[in-house]
Amino acid sequence: MSVQTIAMLVKLGAFLGILLTTIPVMVWVERRGGAMMQDRPGPNRLGPLGLFQPLADAGKFIFKEDILPSEADRFLYLLAPVLALIPAFSTYVVIPLGPTIEIQGEQVPMMVAPAETGVLLFLALASLGVYSLVVAGWASNNKYSLLGSIRASAQMISYELALTLSVVAVLLPVGSFRLDRVVEYQVDGVWNIIPQCIGFLVFLVAAFAETNRLPFDLPEAESELVAGYHTEYSAMRFACFFMGEYAAMTVLSALAATLYLGGWHLPGVDFASMGILGVVLGAAVLIAKVACFLFFFVWVRWSFPRFRFDQLMAIGWKGLLPLSIINLIWVAAASLAGWL
Amino acid sequence: MELAIFLIFGALAVVSALVVVLHRDPVKSTLSLVVTLFATAVLFLLLGAPFIGVLQVLVYTGAIVVLFLFVVMLLNLQREARSEGGGRLQRIFAILAAAAFAAMTGLTVWRWTTGADLGALDEGFVSLNALAAELFDRFLLPFEIIGLLLLVAVVAAYVLAKRPDPSSGADPGADSSTEATR
Repeated sequence: MSVQTIAMLVKLGAFLGILLTTIPVMVWVERRGGAMMQDRPGPNRLGPLGLFQPLADAGKFIFKEDILPSEADRFLYLLAPVLALIPAFSTYVVIPLGPTIEIQGEQVPMMVAPAETGVLLFLALASLGVYSLVVAGWASNNKYSLLGSIRASAQMISYELALTLSVVAVLLPVGSFRLDRVVEYQVDGVWNIIPQCIGFLVFLVAAFAETNRLPFDLPEAESELVAGYHTEYSAMRFACFFMGEYAAMTVLSALAATLYLGGWHLPGVDFASMGILGVVLGAAVLIAKVACFLFFFVWVRWSFPRFRFDQLMAIGWKGLLPLSIINLIWVAAASLAGWL
Repeated sequence: MELAIFLIFGALAVVSALVVVLHRDPVKSTLSLVVTLFATAVLFLLLGAPFIGVLQVLVYTGAIVVLFLFVVMLLNLQREARSEGGGRLQRIFAILAAAAFAAMTGLTVWRWTTGADLGALDEGFVSLNALAAELFDRFLLPFEIIGLLLLVAVVAAYVLAKRPDPSSGADPGADSSTEATR
């Protein structure tokens, strides 16, 4: 096997390992963090600080009854939870885990797919995430689920525009779709969050809407729609939606860290010259940044009430979209003038 | 390997396209369209045009068909009753479209048998830089005109969808156009 093939397998394993470890940790952080913010103990019986609670949750999901509603569309009903996992577990392929290093005279980039289309591939695969919600709600043959699906389709389209436009502004001065180039650009200059703070703000808000997290979780809005698109799902099929949501949060956080916070870069430290050690340390830095974003997701969830649907649309179309266009014009003018 | 991928996704594209046309449930038709577009995007990748393939998924699969689905679900369309034949105009256009498709397929097969090079597109034609240069240099005017056309379509859709406001009536232009569409 060539160096590239072995490196590819190692990278795939590393990414999958990180992603699959994040999910149970996030379940614990969400439950204990929420408890902390609401001044209650939270799950604290199982293991120190309740750390084994995710294991108990997983056991419950596996052994619960798997219900198929009698009037549901069987094929699509069973397909939807699988669709929920595909975008979340495929988009990470374009995110660089560390600097490009040289092994036995070959340049090995630290991303699974060093494709020229880079971040576009991420956005394309992520945009397929809406289908699991839509298919789940429609196939359940339940009016609350259907309402959740309709909301999901309108919401995802609206916020994808602002998200994509803020990403375009990041790529403009870099001149490439590849995320390792974006990181190299930030290593040479400053982190993008400084010249593009408006774009960062838009990206962050749109990321909440894209992952259906509070205050934008209108597709499941339990106070109006029971549980929205996944009302009828139980056991492992419900857990698939759950895992898909946390995995999507993780990869979107990694994208945000790579685009705006320098990815694996830490100012003053030259990871690129350290070889494999540099990759490991760079990955640790990236994971630390992702962890901050994930905590922010939890923090916001337990701090803000849900928006109304008309407010959601107004924020997306009248707030975020004009802001992202202003940001794009500013970045375009600044790069033309040679400031960026 | 490449042949296997082509066969799988080519067959998938054809079968799902047939489902789009033949299935009587509008939601399932629309979902098959998603599969068709995705399979075609994979074929673009095989042809050496990754940018077009990714754009196809991003724009068509990820956005436009979601809007189709949104409208279909919002209108709560029922299973379509089997109609016999369709209109006369529809039949004429169907025959014309089928003839055009047959002519293009025949032309491709003819060129292949006469030994023309039908391999993957070269880098200078499909790379991002080349595409951008073509679009914003040689085809700048058509590109801008299409932008204007889309803007007109958006304004027209807005005027059509706007509810007539009985209390004001300050905008006679919009009112008369909504009247005309009824």
